[in-house]
Amino acid sequence: MKKKYNIFIPCDAAQHCCDKSQYKEASFLEKIKLSIHLIFCKACQGYSKKNSKLTKLMNNKSQVHAMKSIEKENLEALFQKELSKNK
Amino acid sequence: MAQHELDPNGWIKKYSDYLFNFTIVRVDDREIAKDLVQETFFAGLRSMKNFKGEASERTWLISILKRKVIDHYRKTNSNKGKAEVRMSYNSDTESEGDWLEERIADPYASNAETDIENSELGLAIHDCLSKLPEKQAAIFKMKTIENYDTETICNRFDITSSNLWVIIHRARTAMASCMEANWF
Repeated sequence: MKKKYNIFIPCDAAQHCCDKSQYKEASFLEKIKLSIHLIFCKACQGYSKKNSKLTKLMNNKSQVHAMKSIEKENLEALFQKELSKNK
Repeated sequence: MAQHELDPNGWIKKYSDYLFNFTIVRVDDREIAKDLVQETFFAGLRSMKNFKGEASERTWLISILKRKVIDHYRKTNSNKGKAEVRMSYNSDTESEGDWLEERIADPYASNAETDIENSELGLAIHDCLSKLPEKQAAIFKMKTIENYDTETICNRFDITSSNLWVIIHRARTAMASCMEANWF
């Protein structure tokens, strides 16, 4: 049986594609489906705009820092040791 | 006024990223920032009895950290010679005459204003992250700030990829509204 490709997707699927595309993980087909959906859906246009804005802020790597998970685990271990000493 | 209480068990999870971001924009060195954050937590632990409950835990820890950052600069500049600004211009004859242009201020380089704005951005992001549920925040951070791939995060939290995207979607929606209220 021939596989049917539906290029019209509902809002939740469009938002899912939009999230994936923020991390460059959306496939070519997903991007096309999202673009078609965005032509006629005002709500998703707004969501997509907000999402891109957030990505731009989060990608400001020179100023948005966080400890790596492993560094945090090491710190937690050291801290728990110190904490037990203080009890 | 409500009195605040200290709960050191949750300090690392709740405040390490916020304090780290606060420090790194001030000392511009990852290792030093890590050390200062660690010292702050330890100092906080030692001086818990001095906590009066008038400020929140985070404000109290930040005030300790500020002292640590000042001490750090005091220590590095304690030797007068180290505080000198040295211009080490090379004596290459080929570049003779160009030095003045090379030393002129770059209009596109970051200035104090943009630096302050950006450091506030980091803190605003961590502020919003702290309002998310713990697991959601951890996953969002790993995916967006640490750039881990989907598979690694799924294995670590024992979730499926569709679970992950649902969590990311919720986190992004919450973050966007929080940043809209606090930043845009």
